[in-house]
Amino acid sequence: MPPARKRKIRLVVSLSAAVVLACALVFTSVSASSEAVTPSELAGAKAGASYQLTGKVVDSSVRTTNGGVDFRVRDRNGTSSVPVEYKGAIPDPFKEGREVIVTVRKEGATYVGERDSLVTKCPSKFTEDATQRNS
Amino acid sequence: MATVGRALLILALAVALYGIAASIYGAVRGRDEWVASGRRSIYAIAALVTGSFAILEVAFLRSDFQFATVASHSSTTTPTFYKAAAAWSSQEGSLLLWLWLLSLWASLVLFATRRQLRRVAPYATAVLLGFAAFFAALLVFLETPFALLAAVPAEGAGLNPLLRHPSMMIHPPMLYSGYTLFTIPFAFAVGALIARQVGAADWIRATRRFALGAWLFLGIGILLGARWSYAELGWGGYWAWDPVENASLLPWLTGTAFIHSIMIQEKRGMLKIWNVSLVLATGTLAILGTFLVRSGILDSIHAFGASTLGVPFVILIAVLIAASIGLVVWRRAELRSENRLDSLLSREAIFLLNNLVLVAMAFVVFWGTFWPLIAEALTGTRRALGPPWFDTYTVPLAIVLVLLSGVGPVIAWRKATVSNARRNFMLPVLAALALGAVLAAFGAASRPLALAMFVCGAFVVASVGQEFWRGVGVRRAMTGEKPLRALRSLVARNRRRYGGYLVHVGMALLFVGVAASTAFNDARDVRLAPGQSVRAGDYEFTYERATSRISTRDGGLQKISFGAVVDVRRDGRHVTTLRPERGYYPSRDLSGLGPVGRFFEGEATSEVGLKAGLRRDIWTAMTPDIRRLLPTIEEGDRVFSAAAGKLSPQLEGQALGVALDGIVKKYLADRPEATFRVITSPLVTWIWIGAIVVFLGGLIALWPGPDAARRRVAARYAARVAEDLGRA
Repeated sequence: MPPARKRKIRLVVSLSAAVVLACALVFTSVSASSEAVTPSELAGAKAGASYQLTGKVVDSSVRTTNGGVDFRVRDRNGTSSVPVEYKGAIPDPFKEGREVIVTVRKEGATYVGERDSLVTKCPSKFTEDATQRNS
Repeated sequence: MATVGRALLILALAVALYGIAASIYGAVRGRDEWVASGRRSIYAIAALVTGSFAILEVAFLRSDFQFATVASHSSTTTPTFYKAAAAWSSQEGSLLLWLWLLSLWASLVLFATRRQLRRVAPYATAVLLGFAAFFAALLVFLETPFALLAAVPAEGAGLNPLLRHPSMMIHPPMLYSGYTLFTIPFAFAVGALIARQVGAADWIRATRRFALGAWLFLGIGILLGARWSYAELGWGGYWAWDPVENASLLPWLTGTAFIHSIMIQEKRGMLKIWNVSLVLATGTLAILGTFLVRSGILDSIHAFGASTLGVPFVILIAVLIAASIGLVVWRRAELRSENRLDSLLSREAIFLLNNLVLVAMAFVVFWGTFWPLIAEALTGTRRALGPPWFDTYTVPLAIVLVLLSGVGPVIAWRKATVSNARRNFMLPVLAALALGAVLAAFGAASRPLALAMFVCGAFVVASVGQEFWRGVGVRRAMTGEKPLRALRSLVARNRRRYGGYLVHVGMALLFVGVAASTAFNDARDVRLAPGQSVRAGDYEFTYERATSRISTRDGGLQKISFGAVVDVRRDGRHVTTLRPERGYYPSRDLSGLGPVGRFFEGEATSEVGLKAGLRRDIWTAMTPDIRRLLPTIEEGDRVFSAAAGKLSPQLEGQALGVALDGIVKKYLADRPEATFRVITSPLVTWIWIGAIVVFLGGLIALWPGPDAARRRVAARYAARVAEDLGRA
């Protein structure tokens, strides 16, 4: 086979493979992703659908359970909150008032957290200015 | 001193702007004295930023709480080592560290190349000074580390206890060294494109060591973060596919690709567009990594809080992307390959395939990381992808990558013959398949992807081992040296080659560890009372009894720890005793907290109980149930609040000590329940062993060879001849 033809075939095969992979990537991204929401956006949540919930843990809402923890999550800048039942690893920085991200599914009136999906904001980055600066 | 620190930064910004102008003017007009002045600007910036950084460090070490950043990230009770390292735990301190490392590395490369690359270096200098000017401007105008507090507090907030871990202190400087070092090949690539020198490989040779250093530092930084997560955090994992973690992986993946592909340009004059694109992409991704931590555009557990840095970074990244594309298109004529791929069965083809896999991995990680923004732009709804999605793509790609890392080093350049392939691959393939058959017989077939990784890992170790064996054999036949001496001389004479081989072995070990610990781990979360047990894998964990203690430092209470003694048995035989704990640090924020309650309302950290082994890690963390202590704590708060002002501070301190001691004893007497996470995970240790092997291999590859001094003398001589000819 002439080298030019060989190169053309290689190019077509490579591009076809790239297109197939790109399509797979887009398709699975749509089907496997969870909608990222805040508690107030969960009002229209569908039962069984998966959501990535971001918000702050409500004060005095944390209850330890067997193998997990129940708590409420509120909007970052608001009071709207939802109850979450979670089982799995609890990050060390997890506590009331902290920002968390957890993947949940709606079951009845509550939201059940996906196992080991709870993450709490990295402690190195709690750098909101609590102090008065005079530069 | 804060004024001096800030003045030094302003001066650094001014010098950077002058240096950019001097370098470009010198390059365009062919005025060497201006070029040299531009280069010296970098040295001056390094000196100025070193001074600025030293002032900040001294403020931390002296606990000078007039500095806002010291007050919010350190305290008098923070251990000295962590006081020094707390400087870069803040947004502004980490930016200063970035600028400092950039100025040091840039000075080093410009000093090393001061007599080479006369046409490329001035533009590269201008680009490096451009980065320095950007970060200096951020520090001067937006995030100053030298902000002062109007009212100086008596005590600082302290470094978060979770960060008091040696690897967490070295992790940021390593990451930033990686990021800043990756700007060096970027700068020289831009210089080579502008100066129409990109086809020649001398700019690659001059910066190769820095590219390898960047790759190594960034890799170590990533792995130190993973190790900290595993050994210090209470979840037992080492990678979570978090956006900020992914952002550090992106330049590492593309950097790995170009470290391999530049060899093809050096040897065969091929892949020039691909190489320069990879170098430019890696530099841009390094800036993207720095940006993602600071922007807040993606929900990440590692991202800094609200920040004003998003817009400047977006502008910088847009400029870098536009300039990179523009330069490559502008110089496409100079980037034509001098040769073509002769055969798919050749080292060039394998390296190209390795590059495609690495770039595909980088693209997958990039896509998954930015999917929330892409989805929002396309559908109006922000959506996020979890770890399983990343695993779906990266695991098969990683298997192919490991396989190729065993093929690449031993296959011939240009075209491998069948007999050559048989000679090089027969033994490694047989060894890998034999191991695969044994592992499958012992149950590994239930996890086919993990089994495939084990087989590929074994293939890499066998093929590289065979190369060492043959090399030593040849050397012994030639010189009559003893085996160990022959091995030493072999490696010393071909540091880059054999260092690279070791890196491949290390990566194979690391990936085998990841595959085994991911596919075959057994994790349980369970609530136990003393005397109760839980089973994970082949091991039985029994919560024998509770523990508690008060730790003091410099006469003050450091933390109160509640823990457990956990007996681990296998088939009824004692294996180990683990002592996980949870430490409660006193809250520095006293608003709304009682005198006793504040000791339980600060940060809480897990001390993991870990029995690490070559075959298996046994890991446990616990969260004590302190609810039964709450009435006692509340009672203590009431008593001490009522007595406030009636007792001398000394007496109050003694009484508080007695009260806390009573609470600690009550915890033991209550025989409390606790929530445990227990994990048995095979071969985790091989991840860290693999990392050490990678580190050693990288060091060997980076170490100057015996002929480096000869080359330096030759380069100096050539430069002098060129100067003399220029004068004549």
